Amino acid sequence: MNKLASAQDLENLRQRVAEGNKAGVTLSLCCGTGCGANGSKKVFDALSAELAKRGLRNVTVKRTGCHGFCERGPILIVFPSEICYLSVTPERIPEIVSKTVENGLVVEDLVWRDGGKLFARHSEIPFYAHQKRRLLANNTVLDPTDINDYIGCGGYAALARALFSLTPQQVIEEIRKAGLRGRGGGGFPTATKWEATRSAADPVKYVVVNGDEGDPGAYMDRSLLEGNPHSVLEGLLIGAYAVGAAQGYFYIRQEYPLALENARRAIAQAEEKGLLGDNILGSPFSFRVGIHQGAGAFVSGESSALLSAIEGHVGEPRLKYVRMSESGLRGKPTTLNNVETWANVPLIVAKGADWFSSAGTAASTGTKIFSLVGKVRNTGLVEVPMGATLRQIVFDIGGGMQNGKTFKAVQTGGPSGGCIPAQHLDAKVDFDTLAGLGSMMGSGGMIVMDDDSCMVDVARYFVDFLKEESCGKCLPCREGISEMSSILNRIVKGQGKPDDLDFLEDIAVLLSEASLCGLGSSAANPVMSTLRYFRKEYEEHIFQKRCSALACKSLIAFHIAAAKCTGCGLCRKQCPVCAIGGVAKSAHRIDQALCIKCGVCLEVCPSKFGAVTKMSPASSLANLQKQ
Amino acid sequence: MNSITLTIDGKSVEARSGETILDAARSLGIDVPTLCHHKDLLPHGSCRLCLVELKQGARSQLVASCGYYVKNGLTVETDSPRVQRARKLVLEILFASLHENTDIQRYARRYGVSRSRYKRSLEYCVLCGLCVRYCQEVKKADCIGFVGRGVHREVAWIPLSRYDDTCKKCMDCQAICPTGVFPSNWGMASPAVES
Repeated sequence: MNKLASAQDLENLRQRVAEGNKAGVTLSLCCGTGCGANGSKKVFDALSAELAKRGLRNVTVKRTGCHGFCERGPILIVFPSEICYLSVTPERIPEIVSKTVENGLVVEDLVWRDGGKLFARHSEIPFYAHQKRRLLANNTVLDPTDINDYIGCGGYAALARALFSLTPQQVIEEIRKAGLRGRGGGGFPTATKWEATRSAADPVKYVVVNGDEGDPGAYMDRSLLEGNPHSVLEGLLIGAYAVGAAQGYFYIRQEYPLALENARRAIAQAEEKGLLGDNILGSPFSFRVGIHQGAGAFVSGESSALLSAIEGHVGEPRLKYVRMSESGLRGKPTTLNNVETWANVPLIVAKGADWFSSAGTAASTGTKIFSLVGKVRNTGLVEVPMGATLRQIVFDIGGGMQNGKTFKAVQTGGPSGGCIPAQHLDAKVDFDTLAGLGSMMGSGGMIVMDDDSCMVDVARYFVDFLKEESCGKCLPCREGISEMSSILNRIVKGQGKPDDLDFLEDIAVLLSEASLCGLGSSAANPVMSTLRYFRKEYEEHIFQKRCSALACKSLIAFHIAAAKCTGCGLCRKQCPVCAIGGVAKSAHRIDQALCIKCGVCLEVCPSKFGAVTKMSPASSLANLQKQ
Repeated sequence: MNSITLTIDGKSVEARSGETILDAARSLGIDVPTLCHHKDLLPHGSCRLCLVELKQGARSQLVASCGYYVKNGLTVETDSPRVQRARKLVLEILFASLHENTDIQRYARRYGVSRSRYKRSLEYCVLCGLCVRYCQEVKKADCIGFVGRGVHREVAWIPLSRYDDTCKKCMDCQAICPTGVFPSNWGMASPAVES
């Protein structure tokens, strides 16, 4: 193999690849998880066939990782013109090739359009224009399965700089100066971790990537590992050099098969190139990396549980009051950082601490990737400077709410985080502000909710999730979350009791004070934050058996207004349980005893009639029927 | 052995390096409640009864005293209001399941726990893990272990084939069970093994 024996070898290769990339047209097709599910494989096949048919040999097709605009996948960008096509189907490929690839014209109905205006170029689309994409920048241009592509974009130059121009101490100083804080949720200063591991007495040290991202709706780390695995590996290499580790591990959850595949390939290619192994780039630094595939436990994202799992034990948190930097993996000093944290490292070393901290706030520097999902128009992965406001993320980038609904809250931080209501939309998204609002940054999940979301039900959802994911080792987490779950399930069914809220608050104290690990101690956050901002909703559920969001099935009823119903029969035909009776051209009626509250009748009733209504409490129906 | 000085409940205490806060507190005669702790076993930290408050300047945190090793200059409160509040909430879960355990009932009285609002029955096993850990750590037998996660966690005999040569002669796990119910579970499981 053509191993790179020096920094000059690396630079020569970079120039060769970059030269090659300049020539001709490149079609960059998103094959991330979202676009993949939307059919980008078929688009790729159609594209390859079309190019072959037309004999266009100087056109390159790259299958890249996630571009971010998952709402509108599959996404295809034509370089160098940067024309970005959304929701591409195989049927449209011949047109794209003939118009754009061969003639430089735009297929207008496939580009972003807003208020009659066309946004053909990728960077002009408001979803992208309001972002600051540093970590994700290369996701649109890199083939994650080819190390040369990464090197062509300047990859591993930061490693070379660290190895040949900086001492380990200077690397740590640069990270400290940059103010990098852990992206996994805690926001702990990265340099402090590294320094502690470096200064630990034991000469055998480890560096580990935490790729056990598992929050519902979150896929930032997944997209980095899938779309740019070398950036994480390069960060790990630099970290290993800084702390003095000769061995590292990627812990990646088994639910991310493509991330595992791409990380494995990245490691193998780096070994072939001599970027892993002995005397990397001809320096005295030697380093090896292994991959540990998770076995399907959310709690393994907790640091001590993750190390237990790598050691071959059950992934359960341990009782340990010794810092991991003193005694971590196999009792050796260990630095564990999240995927996104590692991916930031090469950027800092290559471009400097000042460049890094030019984005963000004083205490939270750099950018952060969020997965923006829920009832927002443009769902996807977004990267913004720390300190961007929730409003900028949800409205400028996310395009506001779907179907003209009203914003109600955004859930940040996953099951350990909380719900932030509309009055705090102008809050800055950084570690400390979110914590002050009773939520947290977490790894970056952002679930946007509108008026149709019941906040009690949202809390119930997250608590039920945690109930399944608690390892069960410590008493407060196992029993506390389980009890919380049964209380919340009762409340959403209209069986809440007056003292339930007191009990929920007591369990929250129990969880936060007495749990063994972070999963338990933060488990009450979804409940506490919704109680803080939406207590009225809990009270309505308990005392009036009313769900004002009309979401909790046990508390709602559907009603057909006799005066508006023309007896068209649509609802009667669609009702899956035959609960609607009536003859043609006369008012229909719902048999409440049979109704399963699926809402099909409301959906199919033509808007010009608007005869079906949903109401809560269900008892209010009785009054209506009396009239 | 290095001597370490720390403060527990306002009293200065000398402790040996490698001792836990629990050891040091008990040497002072302080009655720190425990359930999953055993002198021959490694700290497990699952029952959370032994929580104490560690004060570091303006900051304070609750830690499991059974697994926190003494350090010079630590300031520990074993029965502060914050400790009492947490302990009371832990005892509320335990006391309903541990009728026979006089220690737990005594602690429940001490912290004013007289009823439990919890609906889930622990079915006489509070999953303290004493039996499992004793079998692993002291007997080196690994005949019993935990299976399942969260509320599905339970203690199971694994593998059953070791019953004749190991378990029948040992049965130490029966004596160590704080619920006193283990022997009857054993009785129910054993005939199935023998047949």
